[in-house]
Amino acid sequence: MIRLEQVTRYYGNTIAVNELSLEVSQGEVCVLIGPSGCGKTTTLRMVNRLIEPTAGHIFINGQDNSQIKPERLRQSIGYAIQSVGLFPHMTVAANIATVPELLHWEKSRIASRIEELLILVGLNPAEYARKYPNQLSGGEAQRVGVARALAADPPILLMDEPFGAVDPLTRERLQSQFARIQQKLKKTTILVTHDLDEAIRLADRIAIMASGKLVQYDTPETILSRPANKFVHDFVGTDRALKRLSRISIQSVIKPSPAIVMDVSIEEAVSVIGSRPSVWVVADDGRFIGWVDMTSLSAATSVREAIVPGDVDEIAITASATLREALSRMLGQGLRNIPVVDEKKHFIGEVTLSDVEAVTAETAETGA
Amino acid sequence: MPKAQMRRWLLLAILVVAFTVLISRMELWEATLRFLFPQESRVLHPRASLLVLVGEHIRLVAISSGLSILCGIPLGIWVTRPGGRNFLPIVTDLTSFGQTFPPVAVLALAVPMLGFGLLPTVFALFLYGLLPIVRNTIAGLSAVPADVLEAAAGMGMGRARRLLRVEIPLAATVILAGVRISVIINIGTAMIGAVIGAGGLGSPIIAGLVQDNLAYIIEGALPAALLAVLADQLLANIERVFAYSAETLT
Ligand SMILES: Nc1ncnc2c1ncn2[C@@H]1O[C@H](COP(=O)(O)OP(=O)(O)OP(=O)(O)O)[C@@H](O)[C@H]1O
Ligand SMILES: [Mg+2]
Repeated sequence: MIRLEQVTRYYGNTIAVNELSLEVSQGEVCVLIGPSGCGKTTTLRMVNRLIEPTAGHIFINGQDNSQIKPERLRQSIGYAIQSVGLFPHMTVAANIATVPELLHWEKSRIASRIEELLILVGLNPAEYARKYPNQLSGGEAQRVGVARALAADPPILLMDEPFGAVDPLTRERLQSQFARIQQKLKKTTILVTHDLDEAIRLADRIAIMASGKLVQYDTPETILSRPANKFVHDFVGTDRALKRLSRISIQSVIKPSPAIVMDVSIEEAVSVIGSRPSVWVVADDGRFIGWVDMTSLSAATSVREAIVPGDVDEIAITASATLREALSRMLGQGLRNIPVVDEKKHFIGEVTLSDVEAVTAETAETGA
Repeated sequence: MPKAQMRRWLLLAILVVAFTVLISRMELWEATLRFLFPQESRVLHPRASLLVLVGEHIRLVAISSGLSILCGIPLGIWVTRPGGRNFLPIVTDLTSFGQTFPPVAVLALAVPMLGFGLLPTVFALFLYGLLPIVRNTIAGLSAVPADVLEAAAGMGMGRARRLLRVEIPLAATVILAGVRISVIINIGTAMIGAVIGAGGLGSPIIAGLVQDNLAYIIEGALPAALLAVLADQLLANIERVFAYSAETLT
């Protein structure tokens, strides 16, 4: 747990952080976000005592951090700095090994940890372990920086724009990787970003800062639905309703929906359709296959013939998807309802546009 | 060790052997110089053989440069630490000022205090050789990127470890370049030690100047020049050992 109490930091006459109070619970991810120069990096650097607050206190698991020896404190806090700062005279492997070596890990344990971490951040150990930082691209260096911060498995992480320099595709992968690891390892994390979508995706709580002050500290849902003031309102943008959808799982709007197997008769299919526009078709073992509607049935001699085949990956979504993904799938495919499948592509139910709209409307109502 | 580096060390070893053979063959020098300067009655400085003179010269440079290194690097490190940072401007000013000071003047000032012979010469050379080392140590350490230092501190490396594992390795080539400049300057400057009786390759040169004997001057100047070239090569090779960039390593 990290708790900041009325923390203030001056640089000469400029005030970088102004009476900031913030609590990050055990195992939670707090994302710091705000305009450039609002004091995010300064805040991180006070947590691990790279700089000392001008006033106020910071507690790590209840202990005032000014009472902890800086070296010991920092070895227990993984820190990925904004500009990466890899050691240019050391290989990627040696860079990652820094903290484990400080902690006197055994050589074999360090070696396997390096390999594990490189794989984790998506770099092939055989290719990258022996490279030098000047042989890496900006994004690769940044990933090595993250691996280095995670190396000794610290309970607390401070990450200053850890995915800033990687391409959107890799960033998305690293983000979901991070989310997955976080779910398992539950590190107490403060992560800085400029990317609101990243914040919404990764945060348990978002701390929005402006000119050294904390403007709002809330769950992403609350930030999006009830911005505390005009600054936050403008900051989250006009598409906040849409952004909010990416925090909501489709679980609540999955509806059971009738599905037929391929070898039912046309009459039976028509009766199942009833007043609906179409009906889903599954294989005998429940795998999703496609759908039939009145138009396709009227021109066919059997149900099998009438099936409009649907590529599962193109139109169906998994139960763990978000409303935003569901919506984008519907809009992209021009469908008013889309099927939901499990990991084995077995049909579970459907999500309809009107239900998604209902949730969106709810968001708009409760918003400011 | 990479092949290219191995070749450089091998070449250096061959050059050192060749140099040693050359200065130990006095009869060769005598014959050559006599051929060039038939009008001179003596073509070799009578005080000592070249081997002895080169030995004296090397001793002079080794002692003074050794002292310069032993004092210069720690001094440069100290003024870049929080504890000594207040002295950084003074030391920087002094080193650039000291460089403009002629070594003969230092020597002249040292004699009344330390007398004649080895001691004042070593002292003058030490002071003169200190400057490039201190200057380059400061420059090398200041050039270590701030984000690298922040990362090192942020991961919980202590001060000493940061210095030994990060700062010095990153500054090593610049520091060693300072050592190289210092040693080369000292090999040249050590000549004036002969004026106050410190011996070395300056002896035949001074004698040659006084007696207007060009043969003596060549006897001293040529080995000194070769010595400087060898020292330069040696220190350049050492610098390469400490270069960390990937190109030199792979
Ligand atoms: N070492 C320093 N000396 C003087 N002023 C500083 C120093 N470090 C930061 N500042 C100032 O403190 C304020 C906050 O800086 P900080 O680095 O925390 O911003 P940030 O939120 O991390 O910005 P960015 O998003 O651009 O990284 C800025 O106004 C900056 O100019
Ligand atoms: Mg910053």
